[in-house]
Amino acid sequence: MSQAQIEIQLIAIVVSVACALPGVFLMLRRMAMMSDAISHAILLGIVLAFFVTQNLSSPLLVIGAALTGVLTVVLVELLHRTRLVREDAAIGLIFPLLFSLGVILISRYAGNIHLDIDAVLLGELAFAPFDRLMVFGRDIGPKSLYLMLGILFLNICFIGIFFKELKLVSFDSGLAMALGFSPTLIHYSLMSLVSVTAVGAFDAVGSILVVALMIGPPVSAYLLTDRLSILLLLSSGIGIIASVSGYWMANLMDSSIAGSMATMVGFLFLLIYLFAPNKGLVSLARRRRRQKIQFALEMLLVHILNHQGKPEAQRECHVGHLSEHLYWDKDLSRQVLKQGEREDYLQRQDDYLFLTPEGQDIAEKSMLR
Amino acid sequence: MSDKLKNQNPQNAVEVEDLTVAYQEKPVLWDVDLHVPQGVLQAIIGPNGAGKTTLIKSILGLVKPSAGRILIYGQPYEEQRDLVAYVPQRGSVDWDFPTSVLDVVMMGRYGSLGWFKRPGKKEHQLALEALEKVGMSEFSRRQISQLSGGQQQRVFLARALTQDAQVYFMDEPFQGVDATTEKAIITLLKDLRAAGKTVLVVHHDLQTVSEYFDWVLLLNVRRISCGPVQEVFTDQNLKLAYGGKVSFLTHHTHTEQDQITNI
Amino acid sequence: MPDLFSQLWSDYTVRTVALGSGILGIVSGALGGFAMLRKQSLLGDAISHAALPGIAIAFLLTLSKSPLVLVLGAALSGWLGTLLIISVTRTTRIKEDSALGLVLSVFFGFGLVLLTFIQRQPYASKAGLDKFLFGQAAALLQSDIWIMSILGIIILLIVALFWKEFKLLSFNPEYAASLGLPVRFLDILLTSLLVIAIVIGLQTVGVVLMSAMVVAPAAAARQWTDRLGKMILLSSLFGAIAGISGAFLSSTLERLPTGPTIVICMSLLVLISLLFATNRGLIWRWLKERKNRQKLQVDAVLSDLYILAQQHENIEHSHPIEVLRTMSIGHGGVDRTLKELQKERMVDQKEDGTWRLTRQGFEKAKNMSEKGENL
Repeated sequence: MSQAQIEIQLIAIVVSVACALPGVFLMLRRMAMMSDAISHAILLGIVLAFFVTQNLSSPLLVIGAALTGVLTVVLVELLHRTRLVREDAAIGLIFPLLFSLGVILISRYAGNIHLDIDAVLLGELAFAPFDRLMVFGRDIGPKSLYLMLGILFLNICFIGIFFKELKLVSFDSGLAMALGFSPTLIHYSLMSLVSVTAVGAFDAVGSILVVALMIGPPVSAYLLTDRLSILLLLSSGIGIIASVSGYWMANLMDSSIAGSMATMVGFLFLLIYLFAPNKGLVSLARRRRRQKIQFALEMLLVHILNHQGKPEAQRECHVGHLSEHLYWDKDLSRQVLKQGEREDYLQRQDDYLFLTPEGQDIAEKSMLR
Repeated sequence: MSDKLKNQNPQNAVEVEDLTVAYQEKPVLWDVDLHVPQGVLQAIIGPNGAGKTTLIKSILGLVKPSAGRILIYGQPYEEQRDLVAYVPQRGSVDWDFPTSVLDVVMMGRYGSLGWFKRPGKKEHQLALEALEKVGMSEFSRRQISQLSGGQQQRVFLARALTQDAQVYFMDEPFQGVDATTEKAIITLLKDLRAAGKTVLVVHHDLQTVSEYFDWVLLLNVRRISCGPVQEVFTDQNLKLAYGGKVSFLTHHTHTEQDQITNI
Repeated sequence: MPDLFSQLWSDYTVRTVALGSGILGIVSGALGGFAMLRKQSLLGDAISHAALPGIAIAFLLTLSKSPLVLVLGAALSGWLGTLLIISVTRTTRIKEDSALGLVLSVFFGFGLVLLTFIQRQPYASKAGLDKFLFGQAAALLQSDIWIMSILGIIILLIVALFWKEFKLLSFNPEYAASLGLPVRFLDILLTSLLVIAIVIGLQTVGVVLMSAMVVAPAAAARQWTDRLGKMILLSSLFGAIAGISGAFLSSTLERLPTGPTIVICMSLLVLISLLFATNRGLIWRWLKERKNRQKLQVDAVLSDLYILAQQHENIEHSHPIEVLRTMSIGHGGVDRTLKELQKERMVDQKEDGTWRLTRQGFEKAKNMSEKGENL
């Protein structure tokens, strides 16, 4: 690996962790699409701030552009509060407008700006190592690495300090209010953080991939754990894996690094969605099949309990009537009966079904549940 | 339609046998049997999460049951759809939808209109008549967001009336309505019964059960009891359905009812 | 002005661009109306982003840039994205907003991978696929317009045919199912129409901004009317106006990209609608509130004077304005209200500056207070 390659991967890792951390709270607070809105809208801020600073990695530009992100949140909320449009429509109205203004500014003054639209959307991680940070004439590494490290540090500090508050606000904002935390304050702090992170990452991976890195890893991790602290760690881990493997995939295919990273985010999600223990599709299907028979057996026990010893028992408890009355197909009926006899809950006499004492016990418990 | 009625044994409008419904793996209804004779007003009561709404929805085919069968006048629901009308919970729709009262009521005719046909004069007339019956005639041009809760409920009832069905399923029609609407609904229910229709109502207010209804189903995931109100609506059954918590409630109920009958 | 217009119209490119944008506005406006009512405003955003890899794959498979092929690819992958959103939200605890964000960004990222991959291959016809990112209306051809019109007409025809079913589906799907309507089929049909409406606009407006064409016309139209039919018509009209004016603007001014210009025209229409729409608009609402407040103030001052008159058992007795001010705490505007009442001859002012009810004012106040007691 060349030094540039190592540096690119380092930046990718820092960006992915910095994005995943606030992303967890966006997901939990059901504001994932706000990251889409912010990451588009900051384009306008970046362009405007660039007119002033003339330097894409200036901290001033980061702050200026992040303000547009917060402005987006404010505008969406103002629009929503008029009760004329729903919140999702408000998001869908505000960010295309701000983004369009940004694109128009770029194309009107394209001659004066070293910003082109493709870079805005795709980012260009491959060029990041060329912009070096010099301290006292010594080269200490790429600028954007330090910028993103700073943002990551900010995110970790914020989440570390307000962990309890964030947790409360994410899971129960009503309770948070009652306990004296201000959900609004936390909300805006979080949104400012998302904006700053988006601006920083924008340079490296472009606007839409910011969304992939903010939402993808937390969503995948959410299928693996219930605990917030583990969720944060896992999201960061998934982000790191996606970004490093994405980098190598881009190398291999000679294609966009940012796009490959997003693709890997999607691929990891797909793997987890299919194979996650408990919450994955495969385990869900397997559990469903097992439980279907178990459940059907329980249902049969309850059914017999309800009718046994009553005048209609002749009809209801006859083996042949199972499919007719419970609407089961022959196959399921056979499997259920076999299971019931194997577990010693059912007895069969002349094609009539009776509960064993164990079966009766189970049936009564089911009914009380 | 009358053929379908004549051919069948007329006593049971709705028959549910061994109905079990589960969401994911959690049973919501356990082996429920229900026989509703024609021409009764039947209340379905039970605590929150007892499966009342699910029972109605699975009878109407909106929820797929794990087991059991459902008959309307002796035939499967799919073949008897035009005998059945449904009044969903008022809160289940967005009342800011851009449409008028008359338009919503005419939706009751969409099922029998068939594809590609627009509602015409006849549907207009039927909708106006239905609005008349619920006392909402002067509101026909009104946008639906300008209605009060009670008025919204009456619009939904009018919509079901245009279906001219034999069996009506109503999901909490008394929920959060004003006194005028409550009275209007009761009058309507009695008119329907007088016309030989059958009405099943998910109901919350235990205090009014014996005043409003003839039959009652007590439900709590499984069937607790079902039958004429005098026989079934007892303290003991209520305790079974609601757990111990209900004792205060029923006690309260009796004194309230005594007062009502005294007046 | 008409000169400029006819001059523009006679220009082949401008005419084509304007026609394309107009058609796109009509179709996405109509479908966007339904999407908004079904609370799917942001689904359009996800669909348009999800369409990108489909375009690239369609090209890789056929090596053709025929719009029909690309539209088909886009529609298929847009559909796949929608399906994934639905299945993820149904089978896991992931909420819709997260599923939307995930699908739109991942599909888009994958699309970029494919586009950059194609870019570096030695195909002759590869150029121009990237116009789908931001749209390049100037590259529209007469043949594109034909395809857009035909697809657009088919979409609108289907909407007209299934009008009452779509209406009921959007308003109350469970009730629709209880009537025996095939709700699943209708849902799939309406969503497919939305997908097609979106993909035919991609070439003009681009993946990134297409969602605005779905959300904005509907949001603007909703403010002006309370009837579905009028709303969908207006939504189409707004879409067309924004499309055509945006196309003209961008062709008269240099370096003004079409997609963003259309979005800005559309946003202006939304702003105007939010402010000035009758009944719902903010200014209308504000005027109505002010009128109500004034009426409240008038009533309050009248009833205060009435109470004073009753206490003194003599209507002729007049009262200094300070008393009224003290009594009206919480209402305010006593001075102005008294002037207004004086104009209506409900009160009059004596030489010493004190106020009292006239006979007419007394009757009105009495009337009001009796009504109030009855309530």
